[in-house]
Amino acid sequence: MRVTQSVLMMFVAAAAHLFTMPLNAQEEAPLVEKTVQAEDLQQLTQQLIKANYKEKSDIISRISAQDDQQTLAILKALLDSDLYFRKSDQLLVIARSFSGDGDIVTAFGGGTVENIGKRKFRKIGVNNSLRRQLRSEIGLLQIASGNQQQRYDAARNLLKEPDVISAERVARLIANEQDADIHEVLLLTQALQNLASDQLSVRLDAIRAMERSLYSEVRVALSQFVAGFSDEEKVQRAVEYELATKTIDSIDQLLKLNGYAENLYFGLALGAVLLLAAIGLAITFGVMGVINMAHGEMIMLGAYTTYVVQQLMPDSIGLSLVVAIPAAFLVSGLVGVLIERSVIRHLYGRPLETLLATFGISLVLQQAVRSIFGPLNRDVTTPDWMAGTFMVNPALELTFNRLYIIIFSLLVLAMLALVLKRTLFGLQMRAVTMNRPMASSMGIRTGWVDALTFGLGSGIAGIAGVALSQLTNVGPNLGQAYIIDSFMVVVFGGVGNLWGTLVAAMSLGVANKFFEPLAGAVLAKILVLVFIILFIQKRPRGLFALKGRAVEG
Amino acid sequence: MKKTGMNVFKTAGKAMAISALAAGVSLANAADTIKVGVLHSLSGTMAISETTLKDTVLMMVEEQNKKGGLLGKKLEAVVVDPASNWPLFAEKTRELLEKEDVDVIFGCWTSVSRKSVLPVVEELNGLLFYPVQYEGEESSYNVFYTGAAPNQQAIPAVDYLMDEVGAQRWVLAGTDYVYPRTTNKILESYLKSKGVAAEDIMINYTPFGHSDWQTIVSDIKKFGSAGKKTAVVSTVNGDANVPFYKELANQGISAEDIPVVAFSVGEEELSGFDTSPLVGHLAAWNYFQSAESKENDAFIDQWQTFIKNEDRVTNDPMEATYIGFKMWAKAVEKAGSEDVDKVRSAMYGLEVPNLTGGMAKMNENHHLSKPVLIGEIQEDGQFDIVWKTDEVVKGDAWTDYLPESANLISDWTAPISCGNYNTVTKSCGGAVAAE
Repeated sequence: MRVTQSVLMMFVAAAAHLFTMPLNAQEEAPLVEKTVQAEDLQQLTQQLIKANYKEKSDIISRISAQDDQQTLAILKALLDSDLYFRKSDQLLVIARSFSGDGDIVTAFGGGTVENIGKRKFRKIGVNNSLRRQLRSEIGLLQIASGNQQQRYDAARNLLKEPDVISAERVARLIANEQDADIHEVLLLTQALQNLASDQLSVRLDAIRAMERSLYSEVRVALSQFVAGFSDEEKVQRAVEYELATKTIDSIDQLLKLNGYAENLYFGLALGAVLLLAAIGLAITFGVMGVINMAHGEMIMLGAYTTYVVQQLMPDSIGLSLVVAIPAAFLVSGLVGVLIERSVIRHLYGRPLETLLATFGISLVLQQAVRSIFGPLNRDVTTPDWMAGTFMVNPALELTFNRLYIIIFSLLVLAMLALVLKRTLFGLQMRAVTMNRPMASSMGIRTGWVDALTFGLGSGIAGIAGVALSQLTNVGPNLGQAYIIDSFMVVVFGGVGNLWGTLVAAMSLGVANKFFEPLAGAVLAKILVLVFIILFIQKRPRGLFALKGRAVEG
Repeated sequence: MKKTGMNVFKTAGKAMAISALAAGVSLANAADTIKVGVLHSLSGTMAISETTLKDTVLMMVEEQNKKGGLLGKKLEAVVVDPASNWPLFAEKTRELLEKEDVDVIFGCWTSVSRKSVLPVVEELNGLLFYPVQYEGEESSYNVFYTGAAPNQQAIPAVDYLMDEVGAQRWVLAGTDYVYPRTTNKILESYLKSKGVAAEDIMINYTPFGHSDWQTIVSDIKKFGSAGKKTAVVSTVNGDANVPFYKELANQGISAEDIPVVAFSVGEEELSGFDTSPLVGHLAAWNYFQSAESKENDAFIDQWQTFIKNEDRVTNDPMEATYIGFKMWAKAVEKAGSEDVDKVRSAMYGLEVPNLTGGMAKMNENHHLSKPVLIGEIQEDGQFDIVWKTDEVVKGDAWTDYLPESANLISDWTAPISCGNYNTVTKSCGGAVAAE
């Protein structure tokens, strides 16, 4: 009796175990039914070599279904264009580049082969739709297992295509996810899936969950949902329809506010660039009354200095920028001092001749650069920490490069203010600006002050060039694009005044960026110019006028 | 003594005879070259793009001379530099035709330069081969257009985006001058004829060298998040493309979300910078360096040997120059003369192999039949060809999508002999070919 009982118990236990297993497997199965065949991953990947794009799409689906350790690595290699095969024997390898010395890693087996050069290997290519498919598959694999950034990217991918994952799996992910942002995205994914539910209450809850959500995918899905209502349905399902349209309105209002904030940011970013470009001019114009048409070339020299420093330090791009700043200051500053000592010194009190002479110098500098570096643009690399965006919220993403440039320009301004207020040289400069004969009779060597002021102004322009090299093309004509804008800022802001330059640069940048969406890029610039001309009629000395030699003269 | 004197006389006489013969021969040689004019900017803004084409013509002249020249005469290249200055293009053309007496000119890039040259070649009955994609709305008796007309580049690219990519919203972004303005006019009309609503089309123009793309890219992003698949058709020219693509990458717009197809970005423009943020964006041309054909492999080898640099790339205008030169040479041999009128008559219907494995044919409207290729940018600055027309497309000088040119055709062969013939009113709008 006891034996039978224990056998029975064993039988029940075994049966229970057997029955729970398929249940677990049921939960894991994705919503989209895939015929999961256990295929050899390596054989599948080999098939990619001869496949066309349609066939590749099918093979990628089958690869993604393989529960193999290498699956994720193969998918990622395909996406990054790192999967190659050796032409001689079709051996699959994964390589970022063939220009180094090391051996090439094979895709399977974990071994290495000799790097016989790029021409002996051929890449397995993918196009845009395959890339999208790969991102989706990688996302599904990484949604639970990757690091924070990977899980977030995977979640955003799901938000775009909520139907590739089952509702149960989403619910489980929500239960397990600790990170707040990813949790929010997963909840929204669930809401998007629930929009298609049969039950009205589920749909209404889903719409409510989307209120004030700034993710563009949510707004897209909601507007598609609303667009799908026929006229009768708008009456029949009035509650839903009204709730959905109200939610879209709430989102749109928030988007509008964020749009203004974004425009403001763009304006400040442009203003920071204008500030850097113009501040050197404000000093030289203010102190010496010299109209320096070669100012743009000082900026250009700073940008080229950045290029040269990067050529000298190709391995540490980030550090090269830090080194380039003092280097550009020195290069442009020295050139500035040279120009002042050799040409401008002889032309004091003759503004037209100075204008012509500096214009000629600008041409000479442009051609010199063209002869040394060639007429083509030079490539300046942006370091990794300057690429990408800082996400304030999903509707407001601030690009890092411009953020750093805004901070940088304010720092430069602060340092300049420090030099002017606290150093001996700054004192002498301000004295010469206010009253040259008196300063001279106090023992200040006005000649040297002039030269060093010119050097300082040009040096700052050089630093502006370092910043601009990250934003725009570095070519011999770089200076020409910024000289007019620099003069506009200086004229508008008042000559010789740092605060005037700051306010002028920022307000011109913001004004330009507010006109641009309304009138287009070209017309916006024209409007800003017209505005400045009208302003100058009322206040010829600019915003913050300063008594300076140029103004008195 | 007398003998020495006679010897001196004889030697002197022989010397004179030989030098006279030599002089005579060299004079005859001077008349015995066929002069090929090269009219490309070698300095200024366009030097970046055009210098390559000057070198291509020189390479083809050298190759032809190695084969013995044409009609037993050597070819002589006459290179002038119009320096990206449009009025100077016209002056240099006059110099080439009147002073240098060239028999053919290979030149021009921007439409402005071509428009400046047009009246001069027509007045002096010269022959210009123009190798760059352009906006159409022209067909001159004295110009052979070996670059793409809008129906060989712009329209098929839009078809690809509509059919293969599923685009329903469109951003037409261009630089502010004649080529993008005309092309966008044609495309807007084409899109509307395909049922695209006006609010689904966003058009904007920027000046040359525009570098602050923040607002425009942000607008593209907003325009593209309305729920319909959005694509950008870019006729942005020159180095403004670099900050444009960088801003797209910075604001996180990937080619999979909002693909950008460009008409003025080729291998040469991409060879200057890091293309990893651009991977997946598209371009439409009639040729890519990555096209697989025997002729292309041979051409690339020949080019890289000639220019002594194996990192130099080839591009579509170079292929157009190659086709134009080969056709001209074949026409000269067929006509048995380098005279412009005889060569022109021999050109119609002429076929030479192109570099993508097919044949290029010169039609009666002075345009070629060419295949259309769509390529995706790769990390190394090359293009991966993702789509290709099955058949070659015949160039249409007068687009069917603008009302003012829909009824016009160009046919310089008899009996019509007119560059803008109105098929409805059956009359010729412009100059008729000289009989």
